[in-house]
Amino acid sequence: MLRLLYFAWLRERVGHAEEELAPPSSVHTVGELMRWLAERDPVHGAAFARPGLIRAAVNQEFAGPETELAAGDEVAFFPPMTGG
Amino acid sequence: MMTRISIQEADFDPGAEIASLGPGAGGIGCFIGIVRGEAGGRKITAMTLEHYPGMTERAVRAIAEEAEKRWNLSAVTVVHRVGRLAPGENIVLVLAAARHRDPALAATRFLIDWLKTEAPFWKKEHFADGAEAWVEAKEADTEAAALWR
Repeated sequence: MLRLLYFAWLRERVGHAEEELAPPSSVHTVGELMRWLAERDPVHGAAFARPGLIRAAVNQEFAGPETELAAGDEVAFFPPMTGG
Repeated sequence: MMTRISIQEADFDPGAEIASLGPGAGGIGCFIGIVRGEAGGRKITAMTLEHYPGMTERAVRAIAEEAEKRWNLSAVTVVHRVGRLAPGENIVLVLAAARHRDPALAATRFLIDWLKTEAPFWKKEHFADGAEAWVEAKEADTEAAALWR
């Protein structure tokens, strides 16, 4: 089971701020999780249609597509940051 | 180094924040970000700042630690507001205190450049005509942050 968090327009497109999902055992990395989410249903498909615009963090540390996932991880997806 | 980081909805008092750094520094660099009243020629009525509670504090602390590695600083303060803000309201305060002006000013610039691209904050603009839009990351901001790498 993974805890997924969404922020900014990604949260609006997915329709909620967080969810718990159990991806299949073939999903080992952040990039594989994004592809699985995009194919899961039309809502996630639309939200993840442009993966190049999406950044990720695993357990509150910035992560890349190759970052490995483990059960219980907190995985966040969000657009490029615009603070300051 | 004394580090103060606060992510808060409430406004901040720059004078009080500067005074709280106490004596010892030869100079303090200061940057204050303020909500603009327009974007791309369109009038703005408000801005909403969203963040990732927990990760935000860690990311800002990591940026402050990076500044400490690069310059000899006696204190760093970062206060970043979240929630709905009106034009003219304060968004962010960055203070960097050092013995001399060069490290104080350079570290202040570094801290705000990295805050814009390396900390999980997102801005949404609310326009006078009722429209709203998430602010897109600017290429210039990414380049400004990259100059420090």
